[in-house]
Amino acid sequence: MSPWIFYPLAAASVLGALSVIAARSPVRSAMALVATLVALAACFVALGAHLVAALQIIVYAGAVMVLFLFVIMLLDLQEDPAEGGRTGLKLATVCIGAGLAASFAALISRGGEPAIAGGADFGTTRALARLLFSDYLVAFELTSILLLIAVVGAVVLARRDPRRESE
Amino acid sequence: MSGGVITYGHYLALSAVLFFIGAAGVVTRRNLIVIFMSIEIMLNAANLAFVASAFRWGSMDGQTIVFFVMAVAAAEAAIGLAVIIALFRSTEAVKSDEVSLLRW
Repeated sequence: MSPWIFYPLAAASVLGALSVIAARSPVRSAMALVATLVALAACFVALGAHLVAALQIIVYAGAVMVLFLFVIMLLDLQEDPAEGGRTGLKLATVCIGAGLAASFAALISRGGEPAIAGGADFGTTRALARLLFSDYLVAFELTSILLLIAVVGAVVLARRDPRRESE
Repeated sequence: MSGGVITYGHYLALSAVLFFIGAAGVVTRRNLIVIFMSIEIMLNAANLAFVASAFRWGSMDGQTIVFFVMAVAAAEAAIGLAVIIALFRSTEAVKSDEVSLLRW
């Protein structure tokens, strides 16, 4: 793995994440999150996870973020002027976060053992499906039920109550 | 640039940094949508750790877990946004300070 690939992607994802939490307008946060997700998808490709990278773009950046933007548009959220306060808490959070992250980075960056090579089809759909339908079959079926519950729940939660409307 | 080889530790460090940025967003911001997006950042940091671990040990289990994390995150995003819409419809606000009925 070349540092010329990793460091720009890492910088892009970190800058995107910082823009998400720091931007005043929610639309800017959403766009920054899309950039972060795309940078992470590129990291996945560099790590040989091609199907996961494609799913990240299609599902996360393509569906979930579009859903976020629809909701932001639907609620017509403006820039929030009341977010300017609580600078003490913000400063403390940033300092603690930076300190913890720096300590993590210093500790973890010593892991220099070479990577064990995966199979010939590492990262492909075939290899993922082989695991999905054998070892993780129960989780797979439960996930389908979970998605059904999510669909039904979202429809019920966001529906206007017809009885209340006619009062 | 420090070092010519990007190791497993580098990816874990990036995952940790992203996780803390997401956590800082959840704690600091008051807009519910931005809090939600910070949660998504944390989930993606965990996904990165899983994929890096899958690469390090040559096992597809990490990527399978990422598959499930993505499915759960998508379901959670749908439900959470529906809750926010329902909330906004009744209170006309998305500031977390004003939704405090369950606060102890």
